[in-house]
Amino acid sequence: MAATASLSPSRRAWQRFRRNRLGYWSLLIFCTLVVLSLFAELLSNDRPLVVRYEGKTYFPMVQDLPETVFGGDFDTATDYLDPFIREQITRGDNWAVYALNPYGPKTLNYFARSPNPSAPTADNWLGTDDRGRDLLAQLIYGFRVSVLFALALTAIGTVLGIVTGAIQGYFGGRTDLFFQRFIEIWGSMPELYLLIIFAAVLSPSVGLLLVLLSLFGWMGLSDYVRAEFLRNRQLDYVRAARAMGLSHAQIIWRHVLPNSLTPVVTFLPFRMSAAILALTSLDFLGLGVPPGTPSLGELLSQGKNNIDAWWISLSTFAVLVFTLLLLTFMGDALRDALDPRKQDT
Amino acid sequence: MTPLLDVRDLEVGFNGRAVVHRISFAIAEGEKLALVGESGSGKTVSALSLLRLVQNARVGGSARLQGRDLLALSERELRGVRGDHVAVIFQEPMTALNPLYTVGEQIAEVLQLKRGLASEAARAAVLELLVATGIPEPERRAGAYPHQLSGGQRQRVMIAMALASRPRLLIADEPTTALDVSLRGQMLDLLSDLQRQHGMAVLLITHDLNLVRRFADRVAVMEHGHLVEQGAVTEVFARPQHAYTRRLLASRPVRDVIEAPAEPDVPPIVQADHLGVGYPVPLPGLRGWFRRGRFEAVRDANFALAPGRTLGVIGESGSGKSTLALAALGLLPHTGRLQVDDTTWGSARSQAQTRALRRQVQVVFQDPFSSLSPRMTVEQIVGEGLQVHAPELDAANRRERVCAALRDVGLLAAHEDGSGWLQRYPHECSGGQRQRLAIARALIVEPRVLVLDEPTSALDVTVQQQVLRLLQGLQRQRGLSYLLITHDVDVIRAMAHDVLVMREGVVIERGPALDVLAAPTHPYTRELVAAAT
Repeated sequence: MAATASLSPSRRAWQRFRRNRLGYWSLLIFCTLVVLSLFAELLSNDRPLVVRYEGKTYFPMVQDLPETVFGGDFDTATDYLDPFIREQITRGDNWAVYALNPYGPKTLNYFARSPNPSAPTADNWLGTDDRGRDLLAQLIYGFRVSVLFALALTAIGTVLGIVTGAIQGYFGGRTDLFFQRFIEIWGSMPELYLLIIFAAVLSPSVGLLLVLLSLFGWMGLSDYVRAEFLRNRQLDYVRAARAMGLSHAQIIWRHVLPNSLTPVVTFLPFRMSAAILALTSLDFLGLGVPPGTPSLGELLSQGKNNIDAWWISLSTFAVLVFTLLLLTFMGDALRDALDPRKQDT
Repeated sequence: MTPLLDVRDLEVGFNGRAVVHRISFAIAEGEKLALVGESGSGKTVSALSLLRLVQNARVGGSARLQGRDLLALSERELRGVRGDHVAVIFQEPMTALNPLYTVGEQIAEVLQLKRGLASEAARAAVLELLVATGIPEPERRAGAYPHQLSGGQRQRVMIAMALASRPRLLIADEPTTALDVSLRGQMLDLLSDLQRQHGMAVLLITHDLNLVRRFADRVAVMEHGHLVEQGAVTEVFARPQHAYTRRLLASRPVRDVIEAPAEPDVPPIVQADHLGVGYPVPLPGLRGWFRRGRFEAVRDANFALAPGRTLGVIGESGSGKSTLALAALGLLPHTGRLQVDDTTWGSARSQAQTRALRRQVQVVFQDPFSSLSPRMTVEQIVGEGLQVHAPELDAANRRERVCAALRDVGLLAAHEDGSGWLQRYPHECSGGQRQRLAIARALIVEPRVLVLDEPTSALDVTVQQQVLRLLQGLQRQRGLSYLLITHDVDVIRAMAHDVLVMREGVVIERGPALDVLAAPTHPYTRELVAAAT
């Protein structure tokens, strides 16, 4: 057997994953979208990226410049959508590089030609919402918030789930019993009510939401990890490791954990999509992120309130469905790739 | 006379790769043919593909059952043949029976389907069948669920089910492999009796030559999908023609150990006094809410293992022999005293002391597939012991030691470096290679005692012989002591100096291995020895 034929189980799983074209392309597209959204300021921003004005170069994206710099009358922050300012910074030798979509998530276009909410126009490609904010910008930033939130929630939930599941499954006995009862009590707390109460008592913020959802998000995974640990800890290689004199931490880290991660990895995309949905629905109900934060749920709620402004609900819905579909395809492909009954053929 | 089943040029392939290459054999009415081969030789696939019971297989050739070609039948016609003219008994009766129905219902289903009996008549026939298979209290057993029966009883139920349709041919796929040794003989006798009464033919698939000798009229030997030899059992066993058959017949374990009597002054390296191991078990009913019962897996065991010698522990499943092994490894809490080289388990005061003790006693388990972590490379698996017990070694030295250990167990030739092996994963190794890896992992920390928990029972006979040879050689070279747990009398005969016979947690007989096997005093030991010949 050639040395090149030696592939670790995870590498073989990765190859199986790559053979699933739908899942693989979903992963590529999703990663591209996430990376793009991380640079959303370059794509969609009401401030120009670079301005050359009367021999000087400005970077309004990272600088706060008063209007007086560009020949305006007031010492207030420049509104680069103002036709006068536009005129000023593009006149003669002056030039400006605008972002692809010249609106930020909170930008109100005071100079819009149609009333709010405005249908898609040449200025606002996907139209505006009922406060006159550009929908495309909202969607880009909303997608970013959703994905980053989901990533964080998934990461925290996964780590908590693995740690608690590992402790229960590996040590078993009384530890297991105690944790199981605790999970039963904890899991029977009314999560939504707690969220409403906290949203009323404390000022809403993304961090608070993350903490609250994390408090309840680890239990499902913990059960799976526990079951895997219970199964794996009595396999002979763990016994052999104990006979070898390895410590509990070494056995868990080197032997049991790597062989117990299949459900964790399989569930990652599904947990992500669940997290996105959770954030969206909380925002839709008005219990989520603070007002002003770009959010898909808030857009959906606007779409509901302005049912004739079809472009709001339609485009938000499309973004949401597309994101969740990508995640689901990835999840399916992962599940197939990690299925122990699947052979390499 | 035309044979009952005439198989010609049978070919079976998966995904374009042939695993059975044009084999031909025939079974006459009432004949007992044994299909023998090691795992992967294609014997089960050949037999089951006759009824198209193998998924995704491409089957070629012809198989005429009473003149009808089974392979040309439609799925619908074949369904009539399955269980009607041809019945199958599988290896593992627990998974072959539906856990949600009583065994009586399952047998009755066959009777109603295949013989069209009304439910009242079926019930009577079920009892008749169960009586014929020799199950005690057949009326009560008919109402039992599969999990309430013992392994032997389940296999009897499977036989009853197979016989329900009065088949002309019975395919028995390793019918005794999942059973205890003492039951195997009974099960074969039962099959023989029933075969004679019903005048049916039997196709026995097995790897066990003892079974073939006792049971079959004719034997067909398979190797790598080829049928290499067939003929009358007496003829083939007496004068094997093909090299593989000869090797198979010569694969009985050979005794090759230092026979000199143990020196009386040398203190034993492992000594157990009044060793007891128990598990907590839930009690039924309300009592179970407040306290737990205790199941004594090992009771009052005394033994001593001298340096350089092998103590065999023999018994069937549930006799407590594996529990004894885990206790000797210090992995189970126990009562009584268990001493390894002057130190008793549990008396070590520091972690370092415990670790030093662990180094003395290492283990090789039965199942080479679960005893190696699937996500570690050979180098990591074998080298792990060094990380614990010789942390001062750097990576290069450790690799050198790993290679040395691989050479010791015969995976590497003396001049080879480890490049072909170190980065492999367990799934790339055969069962025998995995077992050698497990031995290398144990040897690398230079233990003085190896606990061998059924080290060869998951291996093919020829590989089994090689592994036993390896163990014998290592014992000679290094003066290792073995605590050998097995259910196989042949392995004891080949390896052990002394033997303990265990039953239901109690040591019922002990003594020098060869003496005990030659003249067993306890009736149970006699039964064990008789079953193995």
